Amino acid sequence: MPALIDLIRAGRRVERHNPWPRVSVDSGTWRSAAGALADGGLSLLGLWGEPARVHMALLDNSTSNIGVISLDCPDRRYPSVAARHRPALRLERTIHDLFGLVAIETPDSRPWLDHGRWQMHAPLGERLDAAPDAAPYPFLPAEGDSLHQIPVGPVHAGIIEPGHFRFTASGETVVRLEQRLGYTHKGIEGLMAGSTVEQAARLAGRVSGDSTVAYGLAFAQAVEAAQQIVVPPRAVLLRALMAELERLANHLGDIGAICNDASFALMHAHCGVLRERVLRAADAAFGHRLMRDIVVPGGLARDITGEGPAAIRAALEQVRRHFPSLVELYDNTASLQDRTVGTGIVTPALARQFAAGGYVGRASGRGYDARRSPGYHPYDGLRFDVPVLSDGDVNARVWIRIREVEQSLSLAGQILDALEAGPIKVPLQIAPEPCEGIALVEGFRGDILAWLRLSDGRIERCHLRDPSWFQWPLLEAAIEGNIVADFPLCNKSFNCSYSGHDL
Amino acid sequence: MRKLLLQSLFRQPLTEQAPRPDDAAIAELAATVGRTARRRLGRSLSIREVDAGSCNGCELEIHALSNPYYDVERFGIRFVASPRHADVLLVTGPVTRNMREALERTYNATPDPKWVVAAGDCARDGGCFAGSYAVVGGVSAIIPVDLHIPGCPPPPMTILRGLLGLLEEAGSGGAAR
Repeated sequence: MPALIDLIRAGRRVERHNPWPRVSVDSGTWRSAAGALADGGLSLLGLWGEPARVHMALLDNSTSNIGVISLDCPDRRYPSVAARHRPALRLERTIHDLFGLVAIETPDSRPWLDHGRWQMHAPLGERLDAAPDAAPYPFLPAEGDSLHQIPVGPVHAGIIEPGHFRFTASGETVVRLEQRLGYTHKGIEGLMAGSTVEQAARLAGRVSGDSTVAYGLAFAQAVEAAQQIVVPPRAVLLRALMAELERLANHLGDIGAICNDASFALMHAHCGVLRERVLRAADAAFGHRLMRDIVVPGGLARDITGEGPAAIRAALEQVRRHFPSLVELYDNTASLQDRTVGTGIVTPALARQFAAGGYVGRASGRGYDARRSPGYHPYDGLRFDVPVLSDGDVNARVWIRIREVEQSLSLAGQILDALEAGPIKVPLQIAPEPCEGIALVEGFRGDILAWLRLSDGRIERCHLRDPSWFQWPLLEAAIEGNIVADFPLCNKSFNCSYSGHDL
Repeated sequence: MRKLLLQSLFRQPLTEQAPRPDDAAIAELAATVGRTARRRLGRSLSIREVDAGSCNGCELEIHALSNPYYDVERFGIRFVASPRHADVLLVTGPVTRNMREALERTYNATPDPKWVVAAGDCARDGGCFAGSYAVVGGVSAIIPVDLHIPGCPPPPMTILRGLLGLLEEAGSGGAAR
């Protein structure tokens, strides 16, 4: 089984790719990488395309090293990774939809993001004209006595994003769930190609609204890696402060919403109050409730306001004071526990195979956290724990969030204590030659991968991989054998992003 | 739980605890929305939210309308699960090509009289996603829009203010569709 270092050595090193190496490999090495993914030595961090090339970002599970291998495919064909390693499947289908590249021996050649409505095929590749063709999408079969199907979406009953869920049920029990996504595909990577860094940064902040800080940070870190820029310490700290406030707000909202989907509205109301306090503090400190467009390549668009630190400290103090009684309420309400304990289980083996990040991975024994490994400033100088559980049920995903709320409270306090006056931005450079950067940033939902190539000060190509890519498929597995009525609960405990996934 | 409920019983409701000017404004605004909604629509205004391709930022702020600070349900404004029960479609996002048909069908499934509110900058003209191969444009490119609420995303207060504007127009004889 080849280690990542062997794959990197087998390839031709690509210059000006930072901070981790990228190598150009042959199809044999590409195949052996797929084998190493299947064997569990490597984890898949991303798989994306260009008009005549595919890239794969890999994590070595024993050394925690990261690298990118690339395969040129002038004949527009490449060996399927999904044939060996199933988590790559939706990414391969996406590469086909966007670039027209064919994965040889793919186990599923159905389109994924392309619903036949774009008026063209391969919009980022050959851009072939196509008549709108909303041909029926062939769902996977489920056969047996007395099975019935329940189609749900794309427009759902609540205030949530659009997607289609096709349930096959036997009575109340779900036999198979198949997702169909892509409804919110906005063509972000297409819009980024050729845009200025500033325009692309705005787009990156709108990939998934709930993670606007994390996406802004991932994109900015990739640009800074490509240009080898060092951001001033004050900007680094304030970025992390915003990232922790974002995590706090989302986790508080999720904990309440999960309980609400078990019809326990009391938790929802109380968590909603705490979430609102955090958002108002963010507004007071940074001038925007979701802190959008403040992280920019090179630093920050604006500094924290004068009253910002005090507003944030007051919000943190309120959460610190009230949250423990809510945790106690959650833990001591038997009717609620009855719904969450043992529901929607993701096995540790699946979480490992899919390299699931965030609370989905950490509730199923995979303790990966990009703030720790590969790690980035300022987290190397801060104290925090990464909670890990192994039950893998809805309850475990709630508890991971509870523990992370506590950690984020502590981190935000440490950051405020460490804040010193100083500059918040350095100018970007226009490199004479094309350069590439990659970054892995921990959003509230899990690790976000950003990769880009800059040329003449513009974005030539940018790929952003949401954590949801490796979590959505696990939801299909988690619901199997559960009752249909528990789906909202399971779905909320995952809280995958539709927009982040659909791009 | 008993302790928590007991505390809630004796504590002032968050919505009326208005030491800050914006808290007072919320209560005042929400009350006006409630009065106008009742005059026009009896006891309630039912809103069906449709995400036609947003980044989910607008959804977060629309959710916030239901938290104890804004609590729009006090005034009879509520979010319903089906377009069949709705008076208002609250649409977010640039309309993606993949969502176009779903939006049209949701609109057609909503009984008259009905209003359409487009929330967020993307819903006006596609925002920063305009021009993409995958995006049709703003909501009005697909269905008639009665009101647009700006913002990226619009804060809950702005959404409330927008609904007030719609209700005033409707109350002064503006035709519903």
